[in-house]
Amino acid sequence: MKAAPAWRGRTATARIAIVLWLAFILACGIIISRSQFTTDLSAFLPRSPTPAQQLLLEQIRDGLASRLILVGIEGADASTRAMLSKQIAQRLRADPAFVTVNNGEPVSAERDRAFLFNNRYLLSPAVTPARFSVDGLNAALSDSIDLLASPAGLLVKSLLPRDPTGEMVQLLDQQNSGTRPQKIDGAWASRDGARALMLMQTRASGSDTDAQQRAMAAIRQAFDAAPGATPAARLVMTGPGVFSVTSRDTIKSQVSRLSIIGIVIIAAFLLLVYRSFTALALGFLPVISGALAGIAAVSLGFGMVHGITLGFGTALIGEAVDYSIYLFLQSEQGGSDQQHWIKRFWPTVRLGVLTSIFGFASLLLSGFPGLAQLGLYSIAGLMAAATVTRFVLPHLLPANFRIHDGSAVGLALSHLVQRAAALRWAAAILLLAACAILALHRASLWNDKISSLSPVSHADVALDSSLRADMGAPDVRYLVVVSGASRESVLRSSEQISTILQTQIDQGELAGFESPSRYLPSTATQRARQASLPPPAVLETRLAQAVQGLPVRAQLFTPFLADVAAARSQPLLQAADLEQTSMAMAVAALLIQQDQHWSALLPLTAPNGAGINASRIRAALSATDLPDVVFVDMKAESDQLYSGYLDEAILLSLGGLVAITGLLLLVLRSPMRVVRIIAPLAAAVITVTAGLAVFGQQLIILHLVGLLLVVAVGSNYALFFDRADHRLLPGEGATAEPKPSDHAISPRTLASMLIASLTTVAGFGLLSFSNVSILQALGVTVAPGVILALIYSAIFARQPNA
Amino acid sequence: MTPPAFPVFSLRVMRRVLVALALTLVPAISHAAEWDIDQLMRGLAQIHSGHARFVEKKFIAMLDRPVESSGELFYTAPDRLEKRTIKPKPESMTVDAGTLVIERGRQKHRLQLQDYPELAAFIDSIRGTLAGDRKALERNSQMSLEGTAGRWTLQLLPLDEKMQAVVTRIRISGVRYAVRSIEITQADGDSSLMLIEKLTTP
Repeated sequence: MKAAPAWRGRTATARIAIVLWLAFILACGIIISRSQFTTDLSAFLPRSPTPAQQLLLEQIRDGLASRLILVGIEGADASTRAMLSKQIAQRLRADPAFVTVNNGEPVSAERDRAFLFNNRYLLSPAVTPARFSVDGLNAALSDSIDLLASPAGLLVKSLLPRDPTGEMVQLLDQQNSGTRPQKIDGAWASRDGARALMLMQTRASGSDTDAQQRAMAAIRQAFDAAPGATPAARLVMTGPGVFSVTSRDTIKSQVSRLSIIGIVIIAAFLLLVYRSFTALALGFLPVISGALAGIAAVSLGFGMVHGITLGFGTALIGEAVDYSIYLFLQSEQGGSDQQHWIKRFWPTVRLGVLTSIFGFASLLLSGFPGLAQLGLYSIAGLMAAATVTRFVLPHLLPANFRIHDGSAVGLALSHLVQRAAALRWAAAILLLAACAILALHRASLWNDKISSLSPVSHADVALDSSLRADMGAPDVRYLVVVSGASRESVLRSSEQISTILQTQIDQGELAGFESPSRYLPSTATQRARQASLPPPAVLETRLAQAVQGLPVRAQLFTPFLADVAAARSQPLLQAADLEQTSMAMAVAALLIQQDQHWSALLPLTAPNGAGINASRIRAALSATDLPDVVFVDMKAESDQLYSGYLDEAILLSLGGLVAITGLLLLVLRSPMRVVRIIAPLAAAVITVTAGLAVFGQQLIILHLVGLLLVVAVGSNYALFFDRADHRLLPGEGATAEPKPSDHAISPRTLASMLIASLTTVAGFGLLSFSNVSILQALGVTVAPGVILALIYSAIFARQPNA
Repeated sequence: MTPPAFPVFSLRVMRRVLVALALTLVPAISHAAEWDIDQLMRGLAQIHSGHARFVEKKFIAMLDRPVESSGELFYTAPDRLEKRTIKPKPESMTVDAGTLVIERGRQKHRLQLQDYPELAAFIDSIRGTLAGDRKALERNSQMSLEGTAGRWTLQLLPLDEKMQAVVTRIRISGVRYAVRSIEITQADGDSSLMLIEKLTTP
């Protein structure tokens, strides 16, 4: 890149630069056209997770909960809602996109019962050798007879001859542990009866946003096309997949709207300043190059681009356009003065770009892919924009390139700046106040809940919790996870854990739990149960003894003898045997295979109105000596994960600050000058943070990125003020001639800085109006921060006569 | 002394007393005369809660001898009914709106009535009778009333085919507005007879 000194007259160099640039843009375009864009929360989850985090991620992306869509039908009257629910369900049950469509209609109930009944001796945990001893049979029989005489007798009477030990009742009991909504006219309804409810499970995982969108469209279509459709009825949907679809839509529409408005505002503003369409168009070239380079770099580096990165990119337009503003405004009037700018100002701008890069480089180290994406985007974008401004843009300027002379504004500014020092005391007081505010708010400054990042609106969250409460849907917050090398091993561990969890239920610590081993016991357990069943002759003798003293005759149980004989040699249950039953869905969700690795999930239900005492459950589990068993509180885990990132990001940002300081020290070789440059930036950061605290905004990770941007952008201003004091940077040589305005920053430079900061404020200020919290956080930090950085730089700049 | 006034007064009083007596007696008499389902239902609906002792005998073909149990009944209008069996084994059955909870020893079964329509129809027959909810009863069964206010029997024959497959007939008999017995005949010939003795009337 030594072309600069000799570029004039070397049109070949110019051509090479332009061709290289065009090739670069083309390459970026190709990369981008092949890029994948996402909007899910995955960008905010770790890149190299621990096993527990890995599980969390899998659950969030593909877990059972991620596949659920909760549907509510509101409006109209109860019977219309129930009818619509049935019509929608009927249509969607035929749709392969849905694994299950549940609205309370007993669709698979028959199959479920048949499966349970036919396999009761393999499935029932009560099947032990003791149960089939004379005493065991006697106890089981008298219990069944009691049940027969009880109010529930009506239900079990027909089962008695085949199942006198009551295994079916055992199994049904397990099935009924969950709470289900009430039914109105044969379809689920909310407790207040105002809403019909449906619960659907999609085949696609919750992170497959396109598939989720298609599923949502199918539901809506089924609703609209239902024969009973009426304008009085409304359809509402929620669920993780629905959230990803709506947030994608929100982010998409916001990003496109904000970028259009941003470009229009900045363009209008620059047109006002330049009074030249050519300048405007040329000024946007570095911006476009930067944006393309940023997206392409992220796509190459991460394999996919997050929507938030794009949203951030729109704001960065306001920053990237600065370089061309500096070039146009700081150049002396006249066609060929750009090379003079390159000599005089480029080193300063280059140092500004470098400080920005150093600041953002720290983000690259973040374990948080979302943050690292922003870092990479900024670095690539700013480098490309600055490089294009420096090496390509001057070649593209027409010979008669002219822009409106803004020196009048500059002169006015320069008067202001000369008086800015008078504000030092006021600024110092403001700064002290800001420090005091920060000290006061230090405990509540940061929001370490991961939900603070969610782009989902409060209304949607409220609908979600209301539908969930109506449905009694599992929130899958507490899980026991067992890992192992085979299906069999995790099922066996699940069985042991189930025993422990059952004691916790008996002690009232838990309301219930689920386990895949309930529907698919391990082979070992199935064998053991089979082995508990005595041979027919033995059983017959024992039964004859067992009925003594009971008001039944042994002959009644001939079907029982036959069933037990069959069960002794029946093939063991395989996963495939569950197909077509509602239990298949449970097993698929609770038993996960990844390569050679199996996990079983046992979701726990907290007792009504109480939480789960995590340490108690952990203690009970650790008593088993089972390896690879973890109790996970998903919410605590994810919050902890996020607050870990927040801490990491704070450290990294501080690291970035240290790197910037080091860079400045290295280049400027004067600690005093470095302090003068850093001081206004630090002041701006402190003031903005205090301002956010005053307005009750808790800081999230994106505020931090915003602060980093304030430092990055503000460093340009501070450097220009510093440059005015020290005309020549080391290594710049003595080529620049002293100017009349030697003693102060030139009006032209001042004007360029003001305009540059205004475009930045326009770009980021727009984000403050976004209803996506993370974009809004960036906006409210950067827009005031940049202005403050400029003002503080002016106030703290060394006075010519000082 | 005003002797002449006395007879007049006394006559007037007598007449008034008679009229009053007649007036109060009229409903009672008409009760006896036109004792019908409406009367019974209206009377039953007046009773908002009850507490009674019961003895129940179940005749089940599969079992060699009838099973006898006894305990207490609690009723709170309109839809809470608890049957607390004390002998031979303590257990309880509570129906509250749409939920049926059966507690036997440590086990607790919670059933949604809507999932067991036969059971629901059967329970609703009894609840409906206690609540005097004629409409609810007529939805599920064909009703007929025999006897007098002093000794009546209400017979319910299920309308629904599914229900008919389980229960053939429910006969509830009582004295005035107190239910004294419930007899259930099942489709398979099994039957049960519950005798009820009122404990308190709050």
